[in-house]
Amino acid sequence: MKQILLGNEAIARGAYEAGVKLVSSYPGTPSTEITESIVQYERIYCEWATNEKVGAEVAVGASIRGARALTCMKHVGVNVAADPLFTASYIGVNGGLVFVAADDPGMHSSQNEQDSRNYARAAKVPMFEPSDSQECKDYLKKAYEISEQYDTPVMLRLHTRVSHSRSVVELEDPQDIVIRPYVKNVDKYVMMPGMAIKRHVIVEDRMVRLAQDSSADIDSVGLHTITIKSQKLGIITAGAAYQYVADALPDASILKLGMIWPLPQDLIRSFASKVDRLVIVEELDPFLETEIKAMGLICEGKSLFTLQGEYSAKMIRTALTGEPNPASVVSQEILPVAPARPPVMCAGCPHKGLFLALSRLRVQVTGDIGCYTLGALPPMAAMDACVCMGASIGMAHGFDKATDGEASTHTVSVIGDSTFMHSGVTNLINAVYNQSRITVVILDNSITGMTGHQQNPTTGLDIRLRSAPSINLEELCRSIGVTSIRILDPVDSRLCQTVIREELEKDTVSVVIARRPCALIPVGKGKKEDRTVVNKDKCTACGSCIRMMCPALTEGPDKKPIIDWDICNACGLCMNLCAFGALTKGGRKS
Amino acid sequence: MTNHVSPPVSPAKTTDKSLESLRMNIALAGVGGQGTLVAGKLLGTVAIKLGLDVKVSEVHGMSQRGGSVITYVRMGSKVFSPIIEAGTADFCLAFEELEALRWSGLLKTSGTMIINSQKIRPLPVLMGKAQYPQEIRSVIESAADGKARIIEIDALAAALTAGSPRAVNMVMLGALSIFTDIPLDYWEESVMEVFAGKPKLIPINLQAFHFGRDLVR
Repeated sequence: MKQILLGNEAIARGAYEAGVKLVSSYPGTPSTEITESIVQYERIYCEWATNEKVGAEVAVGASIRGARALTCMKHVGVNVAADPLFTASYIGVNGGLVFVAADDPGMHSSQNEQDSRNYARAAKVPMFEPSDSQECKDYLKKAYEISEQYDTPVMLRLHTRVSHSRSVVELEDPQDIVIRPYVKNVDKYVMMPGMAIKRHVIVEDRMVRLAQDSSADIDSVGLHTITIKSQKLGIITAGAAYQYVADALPDASILKLGMIWPLPQDLIRSFASKVDRLVIVEELDPFLETEIKAMGLICEGKSLFTLQGEYSAKMIRTALTGEPNPASVVSQEILPVAPARPPVMCAGCPHKGLFLALSRLRVQVTGDIGCYTLGALPPMAAMDACVCMGASIGMAHGFDKATDGEASTHTVSVIGDSTFMHSGVTNLINAVYNQSRITVVILDNSITGMTGHQQNPTTGLDIRLRSAPSINLEELCRSIGVTSIRILDPVDSRLCQTVIREELEKDTVSVVIARRPCALIPVGKGKKEDRTVVNKDKCTACGSCIRMMCPALTEGPDKKPIIDWDICNACGLCMNLCAFGALTKGGRKS
Repeated sequence: MTNHVSPPVSPAKTTDKSLESLRMNIALAGVGGQGTLVAGKLLGTVAIKLGLDVKVSEVHGMSQRGGSVITYVRMGSKVFSPIIEAGTADFCLAFEELEALRWSGLLKTSGTMIINSQKIRPLPVLMGKAQYPQEIRSVIESAADGKARIIEIDALAAALTAGSPRAVNMVMLGALSIFTDIPLDYWEESVMEVFAGKPKLIPINLQAFHFGRDLVR
């Protein structure tokens, strides 16, 4: 039977068909839907892990104990999971083990565009790269075979355009879940120097065998496809870039790699010998190009193409053929400029009240990864630095120590509930232990918001929405030694301002928990009768409500606000901000 | 939690040779939350019923938070890139006027653009730092110089009449369906399959779809 599946859904289907027993992941765009989609396969144990390192370690454990295991993450998640990855490479597997890394060239929803292929090379593990949903499923299943056959974790590299594109997939029957026997083997599973020295030899031998077999057996190991057409131009490519090449260069000879590490050197040499000009088409780093040049072959790559962003058929056509690109029927030169439409905080977003307070306080803000990173943009513009998951607290501590505490009178770190559980809590322990004076705001919106509403250890539900233990943030903070803990509702923006000002003056670590559920989840929905109404007589058209940029509240011709009741979530923030009492509850069903 | 369980799609039903050779690029431009993803999924379902290869490219995550979103649907006997290049869209469905302006470069000669007259003012406009352009439909029409069909409909009003503002996407697809050779039953069955998990929504969405057809006939 055929289905049209997202690349991510096809990965989940592949895991089901391959008899995977366990999936443990932390959400991250563009990888999130893999693990969400696993939920439909009831025989698979799946969970949201607290972070990518934990997810990877759970998968490593399941593999050693004999089960096929999967862990999925976005590209920057691999940085977090790198520690277990590099040594799991030495240990190998018992049940098959796959790490899925989803790259985001063009940074649709990421803080950098690192290239995960470098991890396969550095950790000495094989990596496959699919180019559509069918290949997502096929390559994942092959990855489990290779993992067990060669005793190695396998990486599978995705790409936003593969993860988030739907294409046709032929479904197959699932294999049974098999749990292999576990036999204690300290030489293989305990990595101390004496054992690891021997395992390293095995790892290097494994990669040599894989490279040879990938060349010799392209159908059952390498999954490469060779199309010989014109002798004038040969392209080596893989993954999403292949699709652009196929569109742009219908006459070129193409070697499309399936397993992109280790490289099938003999196959590449043979292909190179058949064409006059060899060009490598790969987004981001010159990964293949560098390796192919190191083989002594003459080829072009980044001399023709950029290191940044996504490629396109147009870019490839322009670089390699003299053919004109299609032109739009709508002459763009004579059109007015379309104003940008940057992402914004939603109507009823609990982060807005808090960030308005930070903006009014004119404090320095060390930020973190989540919807609230939008607080860096106008109108709040209340963020000074944002690096990676969990970094907000460590950076504030760095501000504190760099200035002997002076910065902590006017520096606030902000972090979401899920990000705090991911890697903020270790930073907070460090700050308490090292006697910092920082003020930390935990934005507790009862969900992992940006990635599309996943549960986490604070929400009281597991991935299958069954009841689960809920970590109490204030008790957790108290237990690690935070003495000043305040809890407030961020919709009371003035109170936020007062409380944060008080906490900034304290000489110890302070935690402010700004607690209100995300407006997009059921418990965050306001009541229809509480939606905002405007009393035009009281309104002085001062503009303070307009300036906060709520999508539900726009400026009318008389400069007074107009409320869009279809969008208003009845949070009450605008009512709290109005100094004239012109905005009140009372919006009935429209 | 988002429903990521795709409904099973019944196998291709077409026996009409002209439909098998169909090749279409359809761009769906809108604002995060307007339902372009579901519209894309529905077009994918239609393509499978036609026995065609299809790719639907979506936008998720940060870029979806009230931002500009574009969904590409490409169908044909074999589809490679999931992205529609500038000047190659047979159809461009703009769910919002400003997005029509932004993505008009995708449209090819003799293509059709269907614009929903809804205006969603972006942040820079709300802040008074930019102007929402006026008369977008006629501006695009003159820039196309008579070489493309530019149509504007009030899809939001039609969706509200059908029973939900969220059915704007079905109104837009209904309007599109009039300009394709794809028979009505392919569309209706696809609506029912895409909403199979939420049967209560099927009548509203079918009605919205038909309102869309009526608007452009």
